[in-house]
Amino acid sequence: MPEPAFATSGTAAGAFLHGTRVALTSVFAFVIVFTYIGYGALCHDYGFSVGWAMLSTVLQWAGPAQVILVTGLGPGALVLETAIAVSLSSVRLLPIVVALLPMVRRENSRPWQLVIPAHFMAVSVWVEAMRHAPTLPREHRIPFCNGVGLTLLTLGTVFTAVGYYMQAALPALFGAAAMFITPISFLVSTARNARILLEKAALALGLLLAPVLAYAGVGFDLLWTGVIGGTLAYLLHRWQRHRQRSAKSSGPESSSTMP
Amino acid sequence: MSATMAEIGPYLALILVGFLPNEVWRVLGLVLVRGLDERSQFIVWVRAVATAMLAGVLAQLILASSGALAAVPLWVRIGAAAVGLLAFFAARRSVFAGVAAGVGAFVLGAYLMGY
Repeated sequence: MPEPAFATSGTAAGAFLHGTRVALTSVFAFVIVFTYIGYGALCHDYGFSVGWAMLSTVLQWAGPAQVILVTGLGPGALVLETAIAVSLSSVRLLPIVVALLPMVRRENSRPWQLVIPAHFMAVSVWVEAMRHAPTLPREHRIPFCNGVGLTLLTLGTVFTAVGYYMQAALPALFGAAAMFITPISFLVSTARNARILLEKAALALGLLLAPVLAYAGVGFDLLWTGVIGGTLAYLLHRWQRHRQRSAKSSGPESSSTMP
Repeated sequence: MSATMAEIGPYLALILVGFLPNEVWRVLGLVLVRGLDERSQFIVWVRAVATAMLAGVLAQLILASSGALAAVPLWVRIGAAAVGLLAFFAARRSVFAGVAAGVGAFVLGAYLMGY
């Protein structure tokens, strides 16, 4: 295990506070602050109220979908068309929820207990949760995720308002740099989390496939990037496991974090 | 559903066009995941799909970006992302080093290009 075991009071409240600390010391606290300064500024530009901007962060909690909504809410835009664009930009939320929840829930977890952690789920929260949750006892994983999620969501909402009021003062270069922080920090932290071939291959294939499919004019290009890149990475992972097993078929099963 | 945004108002638009089409994926994930084990091969595959899809979003943000970022030349954006990744590996997988070097390279490149 790369991370030391969790050593607070061992209660659910302790796990929640541990999540808060992880969130505040994570690179994503920094990312969320700059992302939502940029988003607040955008809302100001498009003439929305500050209350609307903050409510959209609380309810959507998905950067690309929020930008599409704001820029697509021109007076003549069609409701259905914008709704489809918003929805397609958020398909990534489905696999991250499916990949995370089996790791954090308990056998007796009720579905309603998972609604809140599922709403908090964004890529930033997912990356931290996937890194830390396996080091915690199972009964502390949901409060831990809620601590990470609530802290980052609160930061995002507060800095939506900050960006809204800062808008007039922002130089253009600062605005562009704030928008570059999102892709670079997700890129680097995804590279850090990619410790096994499955994740390394998925990251590299996704980076290569998305521009190729977009350039080729393929519809639903992100969806195909995920399915094709993910499936190829999965097949590579299976092939590697198969080779490892046949290379030491008499030895004991290697202890790995992935099955 | 041929209504326009002007007809439904900003708060109804936020619920119908912003919240619901976005939240549907989280709820669907919640439903699909019932009865699945974290070690099942399906979850391993889904994890690879999620990672590839995230990487695709990142490539799009860097390459086909719009707004303030699009005004900065493409090679500055790609170069800065490469500098960030190299610094991350050079600094023994330090995320902060990678992000700081990437953003620094971006600001420097954009500034030198007269942005």
